[in-house]
Amino acid sequence: MITKRIIPCLDVRDGRVVKGVNFLGLRDVDSPVKLARYYSECGADELVFYDITASAEGRKIFTDILREAAATIFIPLTVGGGISSVEDFDRVLKCGADKVSVNSGAIRRPELIGEAAKKYGDQCVVLSADIKRVDGAFHIFAKGGREDTGLEAIQWIKDGVARGAGEIVANSMDTDGVKGGFDLELLERICDAVRVPVIASGGAGSMEDFTTLFKTVPEISAGLAASVFHFGEIPIPELKKKLRADGIEMRMEA
Amino acid sequence: MIAIVDYGVGNLFSLRSSLGFLGAEAEVTGDPERLRRADKLILPGVGAFGDAADKLRATGLDRVLLEEVDKGKQLRGICLGMQLLFERSYEYGEHAGLGLLEGSVVPMEGRLPGELKIPHIGWNALRYTRPHPLFREVEEGSCVYFVHSFFVEETAPSIVATAEYGVNVGAAAAKENVMGCQFHPEKSGGVGMKILRAFCDMEGKA
Repeated sequence: MITKRIIPCLDVRDGRVVKGVNFLGLRDVDSPVKLARYYSECGADELVFYDITASAEGRKIFTDILREAAATIFIPLTVGGGISSVEDFDRVLKCGADKVSVNSGAIRRPELIGEAAKKYGDQCVVLSADIKRVDGAFHIFAKGGREDTGLEAIQWIKDGVARGAGEIVANSMDTDGVKGGFDLELLERICDAVRVPVIASGGAGSMEDFTTLFKTVPEISAGLAASVFHFGEIPIPELKKKLRADGIEMRMEA
Repeated sequence: MIAIVDYGVGNLFSLRSSLGFLGAEAEVTGDPERLRRADKLILPGVGAFGDAADKLRATGLDRVLLEEVDKGKQLRGICLGMQLLFERSYEYGEHAGLGLLEGSVVPMEGRLPGELKIPHIGWNALRYTRPHPLFREVEEGSCVYFVHSFFVEETAPSIVATAEYGVNVGAAAAKENVMGCQFHPEKSGGVGMKILRAFCDMEGKA
C-alpha cells in the first residue's frame, strides 16, 4: 500500500535557510545541505527547496546548493520559487531537482504548465497554490500571498491539471502560521476536484494535526510543513511512529 | 564501467550521482562504441513512451542494446526505461518497445479504483513474487519511490516484485540478463542504494 508522505520545506535565501533552525543536538544550523541531509536521515519522504532569493547572484548560489544536496541525498527533491520559464525548469532539473513547482509564474502565464509538462512530463510539474477565503469564496493569491488575483481556486487548480500539472501543493493562507491544524474543508474540495495527488500545506501545529488530516481527508497524499519541523516542535521520526500507530501507512526506514 | 544510456530522455543527474556515491564507475553516453565497451548498461527514462521509443530507434541505440543483451551483457531499465524493455505500450496509442520482456504497458486510468490518485507518486512497499539477486539485501515490505501513470500488470511472466496500488503494479521484472525497476532506486533512500549496489555487484556475463 502506498504510504503518506511527510515533507519538510526549506526556504532558502542567499544560500542559507531562512530563520535558521534550532534542533536538539543540531544547533543553529542554517546550511541547506546539512539540514537536507539531516531530514533525509530522519526519514523525511521528500524535500522541498524554496528559493526566495531576489538577485541573480543569489540564484546562482541556490543552484550550487541544490547540486551539492542532490549529489548526496537520494530522496525526491522538489524545487520552487521564481520559476517562470521552461529555461528555469531546465536550470534546476540539471542541478538535480526531480520536480519543479510553479506558482506566480503560472499565474502570469498559464501556458508555462503545458510547455513544461510537454518537455519534462506531467510528473515533473507541481502546481503550488496560495489560497485564501475572500467573501466566502476561495481565491488564488500571487507573489507570495501579497496579491489577490481574483481567480477562483478550485477552477484554477482544475485548469492547471488539465494543462498538465501532475501534483498539487495546496497552501491555505487562512490556516498557515496559526498552528491550529490543516484546512480540511479546502483540502477536501481540491481532492474531490482533481485526480492527481494533493499535498496539504499550512497549519500544522501538532502531531495530532497530521493524524486528523490523513483520517479526515484520506485522499491527501502528503503533509508539508516548515517551522514545526525546523524548530524541532514536531520531530519527524516521532511523527511517523505516531501516524503508523494511528493506522496510517508510513515508510519507516530512512 | 556502467554506461547510462543517453538518448535525450530524462534527468540523469541523480542516477549518475548515486552510482558515483556507491563508488561505481559510471558514464552517461549515447556513443554506441562506449556502450559496447561497458560492462553493464542502464536504460533510464521519464516522459512519454512513444517519444522515448522513437528516440531510441532514431539514434539506432535500440539495435546496440539488443545486440549487447544478445551477447549476455546486463541491461537494467529504470522507470520508463523498464517499460521500454517490454513488447508494447498503450500510452496514447500503441507503441512498440524493445521486446526483450514479454507483456504490455497499460494505463492506470480505468484500472484503478476511483479514489486512487493518478499518477502513482510516492513510497510504496515491495512484494516479491519470486526471489531475485537485486533484492538480496532488501527485506520484503521495504518502501521504494514510484512516479508513473502506466504500468506492467503482475501477470507478465518476468515480474519479480509488485507494489499494491488498488491493483498489483509490476515493480520489478527480470529475465536472465535483462532487468527493470518501475520505481526509482536512485531516489529511494537507503533501500534504493542497496538495490543499486546489488546491480553493480552482480556478475556480468560479458
